[in-house]
Amino acid sequence: MKLFKLINCVFFALIILSCKDDSIETAKVKGQRIAIDNKIESNAEIKEFITPFKEHLNKTLDSTLAYNPRAMVKSDGDLNTAIGNLMADVVMEQAGPVFKSRTGNEIDMVLLNHGGIRAGLNKGKISTRSAYALMPFENEIVIAEISGAKIKEMLTYLERAKTAHPVSGIQIIMNKNYKVKSAEIKGKKIEKDKTYFVATSDYLQQGGDNMLFFKNPVGLTKINYKLRNAIIDYFKKVDTLKVTKDNRFIRQ
Amino acid sequence: MKRRNFIQQTSAATAFIGIGGLSTFSFKPNYKKHITILHTNDVHSHIEPFGPDDSRNPNMGGVARRATLIEQIKNENPNTLLLDAGDIFQGTPYFNFYGGELEFKLMSKMQYDAATIGNHDFDNGIDGLLAQLPHAKFSFISSNYDFSNTVLDGHTHQHKVFTKDGVKIGVFGLGVELQGLVNDSLYKETKYLDPIEIAQDQSRILKEEKKCDLVICLSHLGYKYNSDKVSDLKLAKATENIDLIIGGHTHTFLEKPTVETNKAGKKVLVNQVGCYGLYLGRIDFYLDDKNNIEANGLKIEV
Repeated sequence: MKLFKLINCVFFALIILSCKDDSIETAKVKGQRIAIDNKIESNAEIKEFITPFKEHLNKTLDSTLAYNPRAMVKSDGDLNTAIGNLMADVVMEQAGPVFKSRTGNEIDMVLLNHGGIRAGLNKGKISTRSAYALMPFENEIVIAEISGAKIKEMLTYLERAKTAHPVSGIQIIMNKNYKVKSAEIKGKKIEKDKTYFVATSDYLQQGGDNMLFFKNPVGLTKINYKLRNAIIDYFKKVDTLKVTKDNRFIRQ
Repeated sequence: MKRRNFIQQTSAATAFIGIGGLSTFSFKPNYKKHITILHTNDVHSHIEPFGPDDSRNPNMGGVARRATLIEQIKNENPNTLLLDAGDIFQGTPYFNFYGGELEFKLMSKMQYDAATIGNHDFDNGIDGLLAQLPHAKFSFISSNYDFSNTVLDGHTHQHKVFTKDGVKIGVFGLGVELQGLVNDSLYKETKYLDPIEIAQDQSRILKEEKKCDLVICLSHLGYKYNSDKVSDLKLAKATENIDLIIGGHTHTFLEKPTVETNKAGKKVLVNQVGCYGLYLGRIDFYLDDKNNIEANGLKIEV
């Protein structure tokens, strides 16, 4: 043991000596990521702290509203997806009557953004929680009255975006290079001088995702209806979700 | 005699001593200091783990599990810094119901040291963010948002220096351009300043004036873009004095940090761990005397 003690002393003395020189620098860097999965036990104190918040939430969120026969994710289509079509159709169906009763007009089309689809819908029971996952934001539905010329700008935007931004009420056919071959709103050619009522979210109308064609519209109607609430109301109304991919926005 | 050689020789010598005598004499690696950086980004109010039926991330994530992991690592190395690169808010009903209170309280309990501000942290407006700040016992570091004409003025830091085991770690923060991403009614008169200019400035202050041994950029700019938009990779190449960029915003799942070369020809690590608290990033810095390093150069194990 004497030898050990001696080594120990020398060792610590050396550390002290080397500490005098405070010019240190990175010698080695190691980087990794650690998966947080069910092999890691939960910290009991944190879990307990969350519990009252969670219970209050769950009461509100977990009652079943509808049934989804198959899982939907936003990456399952080229220019239209089942889940995007669902969202755009929900806006048309839920906001339409409110808009009509307030203004006497009808919504011509809906445009949302692909980035705004914040989760997939799992197969099985659909609850308020699913609606929150799909649309966690507090955005409200607004109806912008814009000219046919602005609709053309919208089409140019979609040509550049090459993205499955959800639409309803409009049919857009692009060629393989994403150039619009034809576009019709409610089955009719788009007229430059006519105005159209386009339902979207307040976020997009205010220039979100650089949808600048929505800025300074001819008219703007706020219907005080949150996108998420429209989705929840729709889920309450239907038994089984039926929406699928279709031909509303395609390349050929 | 160089210390490293000495340790090698002593370990050979002590090998003859019984195991019992060694228990109080556990060998550290041959480096003088060890700093661990743990990081998350874009947790987006994900408090609970994903369920077993989730379509994308079954059984992943969860704050209570993250807390266990952080505690374990901190027990191994108390010289650990815990950081978040923004978008703490928005993504589950916890945010809609409680406005971010629970997120901040839990991060405080896990002893986060600092976070930067992501675009979604403005989702309840700049006033909504301010209202939750009393629940956060960690610092908000933001260098390229000028909040001087907003209610957030004085509530954030341009940079902060943390000292762990005598090692000075300077942290500054960069946010993404808000225009077009967040409604201006939410961020109000927050001014976005050029991230590269600010980064050059802040990293110089931290390295040269504040004599930091490590400089970390907490970034919510995004990892990489196909356009001209400034990203973490661009930032790494266009600056000097940064050792590590911890990124966010683009929800990029990097299996290991990217190693870039900066303007001065030095290595910079860029890391990002996706989103929703599915992963914890861990970067270990081993520091040593300059004259010990010169022989071998900087070793990067990723």
